[in-house]
Amino acid sequence: MRRSMLFIPGNTPSLIVNGDILGADSIILDLEDAVSPAEKDSARILVRNTLKHLGLKGCEIVIRINPVDTDFWYKDLDEIVPHKPDAIMLPKVNGPEDVKKVSEYIAGIEEKCGMEKNTVKIITLIETTMGVENAFHIAGCDERVIAMFLGAEDLTADLRCVRTKEGAEILYCRQRLVTAARACGVDVYDTPFTDVEDIEGLYKDARFAKALGFTGKVSISPRHVEGINEVFSPTKAEIEYAHEVLDIIEEAKRMGRGVVSLRGKMIDAPIVNRAKQVIEMEKAIYGGTDHE
Amino acid sequence: MSKLIGSIREAIEACGLKDGMTISFHHHMRNGDYVLNMVLDEIAKMGIKNITVNASSVFDTHAPIIDHIKNGVVTGLECNYMGAKVGKAISEGVMENPVIFRSHGGRPSDMEKGTSHIDVAFVAAPTADNRGNMTGKYGKSACGSMGYAFADAYNADKVVCITDNLVEYPVVGFSIPEVYVDHVVVVDKIGEPSGIVSGTTKITKDPVGLKMAQYAAKVVKASGLLKDGFSFQTGAGGATLAAAKYIKEMMLEDNIKGSFGMGGITKYMVEMLNEGCFKALIDVQCFDLDAVESIKNNPNHMEVSASQYAGVNGSAVNSLDVVLLGATQVDLDFNVNVHTDSNGYIMGGSGGHADTAAGSKLAIIIAPLVRARLPLIVDRVTCITTPGHTVDVVVTQRGIAVNPNRPELKEKLVKAGLPVVEIDELKAIAEKITGVPKPIKLDESKVVAKVLYRDGTVIDTIKKVVTE
Repeated sequence: MRRSMLFIPGNTPSLIVNGDILGADSIILDLEDAVSPAEKDSARILVRNTLKHLGLKGCEIVIRINPVDTDFWYKDLDEIVPHKPDAIMLPKVNGPEDVKKVSEYIAGIEEKCGMEKNTVKIITLIETTMGVENAFHIAGCDERVIAMFLGAEDLTADLRCVRTKEGAEILYCRQRLVTAARACGVDVYDTPFTDVEDIEGLYKDARFAKALGFTGKVSISPRHVEGINEVFSPTKAEIEYAHEVLDIIEEAKRMGRGVVSLRGKMIDAPIVNRAKQVIEMEKAIYGGTDHE
Repeated sequence: MSKLIGSIREAIEACGLKDGMTISFHHHMRNGDYVLNMVLDEIAKMGIKNITVNASSVFDTHAPIIDHIKNGVVTGLECNYMGAKVGKAISEGVMENPVIFRSHGGRPSDMEKGTSHIDVAFVAAPTADNRGNMTGKYGKSACGSMGYAFADAYNADKVVCITDNLVEYPVVGFSIPEVYVDHVVVVDKIGEPSGIVSGTTKITKDPVGLKMAQYAAKVVKASGLLKDGFSFQTGAGGATLAAAKYIKEMMLEDNIKGSFGMGGITKYMVEMLNEGCFKALIDVQCFDLDAVESIKNNPNHMEVSASQYAGVNGSAVNSLDVVLLGATQVDLDFNVNVHTDSNGYIMGGSGGHADTAAGSKLAIIIAPLVRARLPLIVDRVTCITTPGHTVDVVVTQRGIAVNPNRPELKEKLVKAGLPVVEIDELKAIAEKITGVPKPIKLDESKVVAKVLYRDGTVIDTIKKVVTE
């Protein structure tokens, strides 16, 4: 389970070496926008060696490669995939064909390296109007796709509107993405809040994203990670309630009772599912992925 | 009776300064100080040789002293801290006699004991009158507290006050009284107040520094010391200041009324005073101009002498609950080095490090586990500034090590869910990233500095670096 995903430029060794202590559930080592064309090769090597040698612990590692309309993306994959990152983030996805192209290329590398198929997952970055309109088809097009992420900066340029803190201009896109992702059973991540200094604004933006149904939020600053984690974590009361729900269901099963109620409210299937999700999150927050 | 005298030269003559004597300076103007250089230039012109300089600290702005060492004017140097410029020359063996390093508490204590004798003290005074009453709180070169200058004024055979703001007698709210002063000299400028602020007095924005600061604040909370009556000191470093910020937030949230904040005072400590976190500030030195402004206007912001701050025979450090300190190296026995850099060059000194670690109930070291390419934790520090038995906790971004002589503290931190690890584990984690660095080459036969612990005993020596 991811609440926070943190971008770290793929050309900053001092940050990368500490990537796993910044509190993010997932770090995204970036080979795309953070890296100028002249530095693509060195960043790629740095990120490859990070995966190979550094043993970052306690967070998921995602690599943002370059988009399919460049000559970099397959070179990125050649270097990165053999070292088993948790996922590849593919930017500027316009439709299922972009995902298919990358997925097939990854499959080739996996086979060549003797890796199990679908070891490396894909997170699609939706940041074009075409991508938004194709969101449902993208979310469900390939087994590797585990999540979608909305990138509002490029998107608002494509929409030809001004990006605001309030975000009224991206409301439709946010909701469309959440609906598409949920319909296909994949996670969905909200766009970064770009004012690094405005922590109050970050909380407000994150709470709104959570209210819309986003799984979590991406960040461009380590200073936003704590707030995102807080907003997207179940509260203590929610966790306690979830345990009560599951306990009472367990007891009802034992007693052979069909209908159960808790605090005067009938416990039906959606409530049980919700409780299970909360417990899963509780476990995930106190667990983690190791990269030895 | 007026003690005004025409020039620094006349004051030197009137004091009878001769070859082989010891002169002293305080460092309240920090890197903006003009007085040490002015006096040494005059001494050189007068042809006096073989002088020992005892300055509470030596900064980069004092680099001209290197030439005075080369031409034999200065043959001895004693201080509590030395900036990297002069430190480099000393480390490369520019001076025959070893530098004597003390701590901020050890220096006045040694003067009081008579083991450190000052013939003539030259005291830069931002404001003075013609009979030698002085204060640092006012004047165009205001530096706030004059804490380090008290010992010089009280203990030197002769005292020369050097001011750029002569006011009508008497100076209101003087710090050092006229009875200790022999001569008063007026100069154009004693220094540049903007040089008081050093680059290390701002809260860090570095995410790793903030992470360490959060851990340190949690250690303070878990220790049980953060309650009404809490007393606290932090050095001026980005991460320690960030920790102070988190501690302040906790104090305000839990409505904790502390007793005092101490040390070199920054604006963050001033804010804590003003927001009710402390009853008083005990200020031996102002680290920025906000602190200078506060000590002038707020009676609860108190000036103290170095002796009262950190002296060996009972001083405020013994009433201190928590101190947050930095380190360039820590070893497996928790000894801390803040004297030398990774290549063995002098670039610092104890200041109050050893004093506060010894006096406080909880001494916390905050430092990143890896700096550039080098691990923080080593088998043996290049130079012991602060002995390990006085250091309680080492906080890094990858874990917190507790001194084995504090098992009850370790238990509290584990219980609070903090990432407590053994110090050798920290070393292993760092070396996994950096590899094991080759030992630096030093000329073991040549001691360039002796480090005196606060009780006056030699705790370590610093060797000459090998340059070729």
